[in-house]
Amino acid sequence: MSAETTSTPIATVRAPGLLRRHWPWLAAIAIALLLPWLFFDWTKGRHSGFVLTMLSEIGLMSVFALSFNMLMGQTGLLSFGHAILFGLGGYCTAHALNAVKAGTLWLPVELVPLVGGLGGLVFGAAFGYVVTKQRATAFAMITMGLGELVAACALMFMGFFGGEGGIPTDRMVGTSLVGVDYSSSWQVYCLIVAWVAIATVLMRLQTQTPLGRMANAQRDNFERTQFVGYDPRMIRFYQFTLSGFFAGIGGALYVLVYEIVTFDTVAAAKSATALLATYIGGAGSFLGPFLGTVVVVLLQSGVSLISNAWLLYVGGLFIVMVMFAPGGIMGIVARHEPIARIGRLGELVVPYARILPPGLLSVLGFVTLVELAQLTTIGAAQNKSLAIGGQAIDPHSALPWATGAVMLIGGGLWLRREARVFRVRWDALIEEAKARGLPV
Amino acid sequence: MEVFLVSLLNGLVYGMLLFMLASGLTLILSMMGVLNFAHASAYMLGAYFAFTLSQHIGFWPALVIAPLLCGLLGAAIEMYGLRRVHRNGHIAELLFTFGLALIIEKVVQMTWGLLPVPYRVPAGLDFPLFSIYGTHFPAYRAFMLLISLLMFGAIWLGLTRTRIGLVIQAALTHPDMVGALGHNVPRVFTIVFAAGTALAGLAGVIGGNYQVTEPAMAFTMGPIVFVVVVFGGLGSLTGCFIASLLMGLIQTFAVVLDYSPADLLKQFGVTVTSATPFHEVLTVPLPRIGALLPFLLLVLILVFKPRGLMGTRDT
Repeated sequence: MSAETTSTPIATVRAPGLLRRHWPWLAAIAIALLLPWLFFDWTKGRHSGFVLTMLSEIGLMSVFALSFNMLMGQTGLLSFGHAILFGLGGYCTAHALNAVKAGTLWLPVELVPLVGGLGGLVFGAAFGYVVTKQRATAFAMITMGLGELVAACALMFMGFFGGEGGIPTDRMVGTSLVGVDYSSSWQVYCLIVAWVAIATVLMRLQTQTPLGRMANAQRDNFERTQFVGYDPRMIRFYQFTLSGFFAGIGGALYVLVYEIVTFDTVAAAKSATALLATYIGGAGSFLGPFLGTVVVVLLQSGVSLISNAWLLYVGGLFIVMVMFAPGGIMGIVARHEPIARIGRLGELVVPYARILPPGLLSVLGFVTLVELAQLTTIGAAQNKSLAIGGQAIDPHSALPWATGAVMLIGGGLWLRREARVFRVRWDALIEEAKARGLPV
Repeated sequence: MEVFLVSLLNGLVYGMLLFMLASGLTLILSMMGVLNFAHASAYMLGAYFAFTLSQHIGFWPALVIAPLLCGLLGAAIEMYGLRRVHRNGHIAELLFTFGLALIIEKVVQMTWGLLPVPYRVPAGLDFPLFSIYGTHFPAYRAFMLLISLLMFGAIWLGLTRTRIGLVIQAALTHPDMVGALGHNVPRVFTIVFAAGTALAGLAGVIGGNYQVTEPAMAFTMGPIVFVVVVFGGLGSLTGCFIASLLMGLIQTFAVVLDYSPADLLKQFGVTVTSATPFHEVLTVPLPRIGALLPFLLLVLILVFKPRGLMGTRDT
């Protein structure tokens, strides 16, 4: 049997093996390319601009969040100013595109994200030299200071940053390797998908390099890393610089999509978005930030259409995650693994079904209260009104408020009772898995 | 000279306001290791509470009630939020307060609107106290100075003369030993967190009408307070005091001194024109760099002296 396998030519074995091992990646790319066609407007013969922009935003923000997780998840460095590398990469790209347009530089549009990456790399090395002297809380503070510094500079120096107006640019410079002029957002979207795939694969491979492994070691026990003979500071420095490269690519993709780069790409809110996405998705796993970005951008694009409160919902989700599920969505999924391995996952269906209604009820109550509150102030200023089933709801009367409060508090109490039942079932199953010698 | 005196007074007022915020934050950070991002949010809430309360019951009751409300909120956050997150480590605690700051900002926007609210100086204090070289010094600023000095005295006496103050001081440096001696360290934490939040609220009450009461005030004040805490050094109230005054003076003087690096170079016979490399950097006037200086100082001090001015241990 073994003789037979070894005699098979390696190439024929390896090719299907690669396909079998890496099919999720190919499937993800296929889904990314097929998804816009679901929203294709066949009567007008064009893609939905909203969907394409949203998907592009998911793509570029997930590159940014993954590069953020190179620091947070892998190296244990919490950065509050990561957007400066994203934004500076974007500014470099915008200037490069304008130079291509003016004819002073020749560069195919397909390779323009590399400029952003190199910009991020150079700035990452320069800032990294300073910030990686520290770790833990001091690192968080120093990156915050640096972030504020760069954001203030972006408004001060007109030459490079263009002040509040930003640097407008034009992606249709006519230097394409494949003969596409990038006039439609579908063409740009294909380019974005390609670069997101390249950057994601590179970052994935980076986690398996010795540097990636030492970054994990540095995160878990930096004294022992020193003892083994590595310099934790140099590990942090290389990791920071590389993460700058990928953040810069994200910034470059931003420029290609929006054709402008303004100072809010370097501002603290951008860094916060990456942090929220990474934590909600799960910093502990490679794909967590990607998942988190999908959630955050969907909330951002979807909810912001109908409500002003999307950041409050994202913030609320974030707090819930920090308090109850520090591993994020991926962490929750991973905790089911031992139960799935003993084949008892089916027994959780009923407990889950039982906590779903009270959970939904309290979320609904929370949303009702938030929307009522914002209707009285921001919504009133925007002349918005709330109507359910054609029935207009007056935010100044007591009934809607009481309904919301009852739903929130009642749902919360009910949820607490059901959660206790769930907990008992869960603990029993985990004990069962432990008894079978599975790591929990 | 008159510019110097007036700026000195204004710088002192601003510095003492910073100290009110920073003293609570430095106690929380040194004792609990929690970098409290929501601290400046308490400052904002103090201002907004005082605005609403002063519309109904006047400024003076609000001066007492608003900080108490902030303190209660702080105690609740510590007991029901931070303690639960504590077992996941310091980074989780930091992230928790960060999320809290985001939410508080949004809630404030939803309750009081996006625009600044008309929170004004009480009529009884709205007169010029004295004039220096023709510039009026408002009585309200003197009142702010008075309040912050009283508070400074109260903190100092409380920490050095009372039993709980001594326990807090001990817990600053040796929390485990204090716990081993039978003191309820978690309760001490709650008290410090609540007191720090109340102080931030008080700073908001008297600072909200001195500056502008708007939803962005927490995110503009927060980073500066961090700078003060890091600059002063962990575990040192004296360092925090010096750093607050320094930062207040630096920011006030940067606004009034209208010079740029180009003017300095001119003293050495170098004239900066638009052809000089980096001319944009060289011709930036000092008032515009003013907002930037605290962060420059933060980066520099963390790089060269991570312990801050008078800190006893690394950040």
